[in-house]
Amino acid sequence: MSGPAIHVERLVFAYPDGRQALYGVDFTVERGERVALLGPNGAGKTTLVLHLNGILGSVAGGSGSGRIEIGGTGLHRDHLRVIRRKVGLVFQDPDDQLFMPTVRDDVAFGPANLGLRGAELDDRVREALVQVGMQDHADLAPHHLSYGQRRRVAVATVLAMRPEVLVLDEPSSNLDPASRRELADILTGLDVTLLMITHDLPYALQLCERSLLMDGGRIVADGRTRDLLGDAELMSAHRLELPYGFDPLSVPGPEGR
Amino acid sequence: MSGDGLLVAVDSKVHRIPAQVKIVALFVFVLAVVSTPAANFWAFALYGALLVAALVVAKLPVPVVSRRLAVETPFIVFALLLPFVATGPTVDVLGLQLSQSGVLGAWNILAKGTLGVIAAILLSATTGPRELLAGLERLRLPSTLVAILSFMVRYLSVVSDDLHRMRIARESRGYVGGRAGHLKAIAGGVGALFVRSFERGERVHLAMQSRGYTGRMPLLGEVGATRAQWMEGLTISLAAVAVAVTARVVGL
Amino acid sequence: MRFGRNRIKNVRVHVPDGFFDAPTSIATGLIAAGAVGFSLQRANREIRETGPALAGLTAAFVFAVQMVNFPVGAGTSGHLLGGALAAALVGPWTAVLVMSTVLLVQGLLFADGGLTALGTNITLMGLITVLVGYFITRALLQILPRRTGSVVPAATVGALVSVPVAALAFTGLYTIGGAVDIPIGKLATAMVGWHILVGIGEAVITAAVLGAVVATRPDLVYAARHLQPDLILVDADGNTSTVSPDKPIAARPAGRSLGIGVAITLVVAGGVSLVASAHPDGLEFVGAKLGFESAAKDSAVAGSPLADYGVSGIGNAQVSGALAGIIGVLVTIALGLAIAKVASLRTNKAS
Repeated sequence: MSGPAIHVERLVFAYPDGRQALYGVDFTVERGERVALLGPNGAGKTTLVLHLNGILGSVAGGSGSGRIEIGGTGLHRDHLRVIRRKVGLVFQDPDDQLFMPTVRDDVAFGPANLGLRGAELDDRVREALVQVGMQDHADLAPHHLSYGQRRRVAVATVLAMRPEVLVLDEPSSNLDPASRRELADILTGLDVTLLMITHDLPYALQLCERSLLMDGGRIVADGRTRDLLGDAELMSAHRLELPYGFDPLSVPGPEGR
Repeated sequence: MSGDGLLVAVDSKVHRIPAQVKIVALFVFVLAVVSTPAANFWAFALYGALLVAALVVAKLPVPVVSRRLAVETPFIVFALLLPFVATGPTVDVLGLQLSQSGVLGAWNILAKGTLGVIAAILLSATTGPRELLAGLERLRLPSTLVAILSFMVRYLSVVSDDLHRMRIARESRGYVGGRAGHLKAIAGGVGALFVRSFERGERVHLAMQSRGYTGRMPLLGEVGATRAQWMEGLTISLAAVAVAVTARVVGL
Repeated sequence: MRFGRNRIKNVRVHVPDGFFDAPTSIATGLIAAGAVGFSLQRANREIRETGPALAGLTAAFVFAVQMVNFPVGAGTSGHLLGGALAAALVGPWTAVLVMSTVLLVQGLLFADGGLTALGTNITLMGLITVLVGYFITRALLQILPRRTGSVVPAATVGALVSVPVAALAFTGLYTIGGAVDIPIGKLATAMVGWHILVGIGEAVITAAVLGAVVATRPDLVYAARHLQPDLILVDADGNTSTVSPDKPIAARPAGRSLGIGVAITLVVAGGVSLVASAHPDGLEFVGAKLGFESAAKDSAVAGSPLADYGVSGIGNAQVSGALAGIIGVLVTIALGLAIAKVASLRTNKAS
């Protein structure tokens, strides 16, 4: 196995209703890196990550062009199964991700599609639920869980597939402070390459050493999270604002660990 | 509208019977009721008694059952009109000219409809949505249909919540309802609801694909029912069939 | 189906158990099962591409929307049946599945609508409204200007017509399998008259919903997919190119396959209702075959004034009337299909 975890080249894409979302995206993420994907609403962040496992884009029959490699494997129609096992995608709204009648069914969905059955499947489900601390809620229906719990189960559904790359779309949105911290603890403890879309800049600084800044369907900046957040001119040019009183230069980041 | 249907979460003998047995039992029972000529009043009394016994075993609270009976209302209205509009020989009741066949027809609709609704309540109040889906799967309902049903049941509460939030938003901006002029507001909201629901459907499909979905849903993996469970679950329905057959043989 | 001016909230009016006699229930059950099976087969390709989630969400949407009451006028309110709307939005085959799913969930999970009447309910509300709505929509789209927006007026007319046609079909069923003999002319007039009002409500809400969808996501409207304009794509170097829109579901005019569907429905409906009317009570028929007949005849039935209840109710005149009703509905559908087919042939030749 060779090559970077994620490699994207000249990626272009338009939605079927005519909206063009990506105007040529290039970036590379090495194995084990934790990268935040920042940018204003409508920058094309979600569209970009949906390309990473071939859900959108020319592979899926969409209108677009460009090249994507995951762990050295080119994204091609014939490799979709492999790619989708390698790239775990956690959607922004946990209700999109939890579609089965119970938590257990839902976490089992991915590994079952990989061919796991019986005791092996049960073990995998339990392991993933333990990782997010939800093992006691396996038999509940998703609509009986709190929002924070649903977000954690959503992460578990993807962890159960043992991905090499974990991609999260705004993992901290709509979480109360305690749930937000608990999720950060879970994510910090995982041994995977991480790409995380977020508007929560302190969260990006806490979890990710490197950040990509996206605007207008292109990557406009790529560097250390602390440097990007400290660049007031760059930040305001792309409608990014730090929370009141937050100084990115004075708080500890992931570099210290 | 909750995604749990009418489920009353208590533990009872009826709750524990596998869903596929209950679905078949309901169907057989209702079929027996429907095929009984309306004039066999004693048969309907027996059906009623059987159902009441089942409700007691299932530990269902009376208000749940009676509230749900409201779904029948429009047909009660229709049934009550029948004696006045039906043709044929008439009888005098309190000075009213009522059609005989109309009176019997009204009774027919009321008795069979009510028994059917109560039996259906018995199923839906003792069976959770997941069990119901697993039961339908066991009964060999086409898997595509089971999948559609499963998604519908899962997202019923989500879509209803969306609708509810949109109504709150509308009402908090001074909408009171009732005037035809506001129809457009409701309809526009419903249009937005469809776009939301559809886009969620697309995202759910993406989420499924990204977890390796290739066109086949995993089985809900429910184990089959034992012979004993079938016998236990079908007791009341078989009794109802016996009543129906007896009614046919002895006539009135 | 909806009777009278009920304003009770959240009561969706479905035929309960025992409303129609057993043969009618069985016949409509067969029609419904055939229609669902056929739709499953036809919709298979769409569902494989877009996923069952989309159909499930659409079903949840229809279910939720059926609970919204809207004013019809004259102090009454109605709610959407949604057959024609669903057909325009997700296509006729998926729509039949969606409507059947809604009715199945209502029957099993909410004890709403009888289980033995499920076939009747699916036939009336899941099949007839969808097919009538879709035929009219497609036929009108051939006449109207070729742009996505045209689907709104087309489906509006489809929705308007679909409801009284379903009411007419209900009347037809009642004539064949209703327990009580009531003047069919009066029933038909009342049903159709009232349902034209309901149909207006259905039409208005369908128009508004489709209008909203066309305004925001025109690509979602199945009935108008073939009318979408091409896309303009700008690549990394700023070059523009024109591409045809991504078509997750091919929008083929469902002409011939719909024709086959209608033919099957017609044969099944016609055949079964003939059998049903020849043997007004299936069980009695079976009983006679099994030798119970004498037992029944010896009983008090013979002398009772109710002796021929159910038999006298279905004289030959009514049977033919009922059949005429149903055949009328189906001929209307077939005619719509023929018009759509001829129109589409002409368009194809022209282009």
